[in-house]
Amino acid sequence: MNNEYILEMTDICKSFPGVKALENVNLKLKRGTVHALMGENGAGKSTLMKVLMGMYVPDSGRVVYDGREISKYTQGQAIEMGITMVHQELSYIPYMTVAENMFLGREILKNGVVDKNAMCEKAGELLARVGVGLDPRLLMKDLSVSERQMVEIAKCVSYNAQIVIMDEPTSAITDKEVERLFSVLNDLKAKGVAIIYISHKMDEVLKISDEVTILRDGSFIDTFSTKNIDIDKIIVAMVGRELSQVYPEKHNKIGEQIFEVKNLKRDGVFHDISFSLREGEILGFAGLMGAGRTEIMRAVYGIDKLDGGEIYIHGKRTVIRNPGDAIRNRIGLVNEDRKGVGLVLPMSIKNNLTLSNLNKYFNGIVVGKKKEAELADRMIKLLAIKAPSKEQLVKNLSGGNQQKVVLGKLLLDEAEILIMDEPTRGIDVGAKSEIYKLICELAEDGKAVIVVSSEMPELLGLCDRIIVLHEGKMMGEVRREDFDQETLMKWAFAQ
Amino acid sequence: MFQNLDAKSNMLKRNDAKSLLSKYGILIALVVLIVVLSIATPNFLQVKNFLNVFRQISISAVLAIGATFVVLTGGIDLSLGAVVAITGVSAAIFAHPGEYPTVVPVLVGIGVGVLFGLFIGVIVAKANVASFIVTLGVTTIARGGALLIADGRPVSNLDPAFNWIGNGEIGGAEGQIGFPVMILIMLAVFLIVWFILNKTKYGRYVYAIGGNEDAAYASGVKVDRVKMSVYVICSGLAGLAGVMQAARIEVGQPSIGVGYELDAIAAVVIGGTSLSGGVGTVVGTLIGALIIGFINNGLDLLNVSSYYQQIIKGLIIIGAVLLDVKTKQKR
Repeated sequence: MNNEYILEMTDICKSFPGVKALENVNLKLKRGTVHALMGENGAGKSTLMKVLMGMYVPDSGRVVYDGREISKYTQGQAIEMGITMVHQELSYIPYMTVAENMFLGREILKNGVVDKNAMCEKAGELLARVGVGLDPRLLMKDLSVSERQMVEIAKCVSYNAQIVIMDEPTSAITDKEVERLFSVLNDLKAKGVAIIYISHKMDEVLKISDEVTILRDGSFIDTFSTKNIDIDKIIVAMVGRELSQVYPEKHNKIGEQIFEVKNLKRDGVFHDISFSLREGEILGFAGLMGAGRTEIMRAVYGIDKLDGGEIYIHGKRTVIRNPGDAIRNRIGLVNEDRKGVGLVLPMSIKNNLTLSNLNKYFNGIVVGKKKEAELADRMIKLLAIKAPSKEQLVKNLSGGNQQKVVLGKLLLDEAEILIMDEPTRGIDVGAKSEIYKLICELAEDGKAVIVVSSEMPELLGLCDRIIVLHEGKMMGEVRREDFDQETLMKWAFAQ
Repeated sequence: MFQNLDAKSNMLKRNDAKSLLSKYGILIALVVLIVVLSIATPNFLQVKNFLNVFRQISISAVLAIGATFVVLTGGIDLSLGAVVAITGVSAAIFAHPGEYPTVVPVLVGIGVGVLFGLFIGVIVAKANVASFIVTLGVTTIARGGALLIADGRPVSNLDPAFNWIGNGEIGGAEGQIGFPVMILIMLAVFLIVWFILNKTKYGRYVYAIGGNEDAAYASGVKVDRVKMSVYVICSGLAGLAGVMQAARIEVGQPSIGVGYELDAIAAVVIGGTSLSGGVGTVVGTLIGALIIGFINNGLDLLNVSSYYQQIIKGLIIIGAVLLDVKTKQKR
C-alpha cells in the first residue's frame, strides 16, 4: 500500500491501423507529485492517457495502479478507482448549474428525487476544498474558462482522485488564473494526489512539475527529475535535434500601407479601434483573455457584424459583410478555434485545403480532380503535413497537422492581408518553429500579417509592432526597437 | 529496416480491408440479401423480377436521392409524402387528354414541389427554424392543399401520353421484356445527383455545411443559399416523384404518399448517410433503396403476410443502421 508509486505503466504498446501510436512506453508516477508529460504533437501523449483512462485497451504492457495490476477497465471504472482527467476541451452542459454538472450521473437523491439543496451544499464544499469561492447555483455557461476548469478539478476531487490528468490546462486562461491553478495543484499535491500535467509550455512545466517524462514518435525517451533539467535539454529530448533558435531572423521589408481600420466598434465588445498595416509588416495584438482581440479579427473578417467604423484596403473604403467578402478582398483568417471554425473535421485534407478557394481555382461549376490534387499535394509538401494520404479525414490528424491544414487553406487563398489568431495554440515546439518561419517568409514575400497571441515571447519574437488591448480598448502601440515586456504587460493589465 | 517496411505495408493492408468493409458494408449486405433470396425463392433471380423491383423502388429512390441533400446538411424533410400527393394532383389537373402537351403537367408537378422547397428553405435557412418542425408543418399544409385542389376526390381521366411516364416501356415488342421508363428516370436522377455531389463546387459546399457550418461560413461559403437550395432540390424531386406516382396509377390521388418520407429517410440512413450531416453518398442511398425494395419483394414472393412484412422491414432497417454504426465505431 505504501508503495512510492501510485502508478506504473510498463512497456505499453498500442497500434492503430497504419500507425504505431505507442511503442514500449513507460510512465512511473509518484504519489503527491506533479509529473509533466511532454512531447511533440503526435508523440503519443493523448494515446497514453486514453490507455490510462480505459478508453483504449493497449496491445501489450502492464498497468499497475496502487500496487495491483489492472486491465480491461472502462472509463467509468477508471474514474471510480480514482483516475480522473480534466480535459483540454472541457466538456460540460451549459444550461445546467455548477452543482448539477458536478454530480451528473450520480445525483444525490432524497426519497427518490434529486435533492438540489444537498447537491449545492456538497458542491460548495468541494469547490471550497480546491480554494474557489464559486456559487454552485450558477449556470455553467456563465462561468469563465478558468472557473469551469476549477469546477472540473473539484469534480475530480469529489471522486477521491488519486490521479488527476490535466491536458493543456493553461491554453485558454490568463497568467493570473494560471497562478491560481498552480496553487490548487500544490494543495492537491500536499494531499498526496498525483498529477499528470500535459503542456507545451516549458516555463510552466519547469515551475510546477517534479518530474518530466518525454515521449517522441510514440516511444519513451526518458524520465527526468525537474531539478536536473532545463529548457534546452527538454527540447533536445522532444525533437531529437537542437533547435538553433525558435524564432527565425527577420528579413522582411516594410512597404506601402495597404490596410487601415478607423474607429471600429462592436457594442459591448470593443470600441475606438484604429490601426493600419503595411506590406511586409507583422503587427501583433497582445492582451488578456476577453480583451477583444479575437472579436476584432472576427468582425474585420465578416464573421461578426460591426456596429461602426470603416475599413480601407489600398486606400479604398471597403465594406465586409461576410467572410466571402473578406476572401474576395484578399483577407485571410486563421481562426483561434481550429476545430470549431477553422476546419470541417469529417472532410479530407484535400477538401479542407480547397474549400475557401474553389472559386479562385475553378471556373464554372466543376471541381477539376487533377488540379485539385496538385494544389493539395503542393500544400502537403510545402507545410510537411504528416498523413498517409490527402484523402485522410482531418479529424484523424494531430493538432499541429490540423493547424498546418488551416494555414494551407490560407496560402492557397493567396490572401495579401493575413490575420492569424493564436496560430500556434496547443501545438508543439517543433511545429511552432515551423509556423514562425512560415509567418516570417510570408512577410518577406510582402504580405501584411496580423498575429494575435496570448504568448508574449511569440509576439516579441515575430512582430514589427505590437498593439495592446484591454477590455475592448486600445491601450498603446510599440515599435520593435522599443519592445519591452514589462510595458506591454502593464498595458494589458491597464496599470 | 526492410522488415519494418514489410510490417508497415501489412498494417496498411489490414487497414484497407477494414476500411473496405466499412465502405462497402452496405453493398455486401445487398449482395448477401440477393443471394439469400435467390436460394429461398425460385422466381426471384429473373430479369423480369429485377426490373419489377427497380420499378417499384423508382419513386422512393427519387425521393431518397433528394432527401440525401437535406440529410447531408444535417436537416431532415418529413413533408415528402404530402408533397408527392399535392404535386401529383397538381400535375393530374393539367394532364387531361387533349388539353396540354405532356411536358406541362410534368413541369407543373416539379414546379409546385420547388415552391414548397423554397418555402421550407427560406424558413430553415433565414429564420433558423429546425427543419424537423418546418417540414412537419408543411406536411399538413401540403396534404390539406392536395385535398383542396382535388376537391377531395381523385383526379382521373388522364392523357395516355402522361400515363406512359409511369407505365411505359422502352423496347419490349411482342412478348419481350421492355425497360420501364420509371427506371430510366430514376437512373437519370441518380447520375445527375452523383455528378453534382462528387464533382461540383456546390456538392462540396453541401458536405462542408453538414460537416461544420461555422467553418463553411468562415471559408466564404454562402451557407444560407446552399441550405435553401437543398430543400428546393429535395422538394423539386418530390414533385417529380409525384408526377411519376400519378402517371403510374393513372390518377391524381390526394391521399397518396402517406409514410413515403419514412421509406426515403430509411434508404438514406441505411445507405450510410449520417443524420448529423457531412457524411454519406448518393450511391449508398440508391443501395439503401434497393435493399428496402428487395426485402419487400422477397417477402412478397415468400408469401409473408403484409402485417409481418412491416414488422420485419422495421427490424431490418434498425439492424442495418446498427451494423453500420458498429463497423464505423471500431477502433
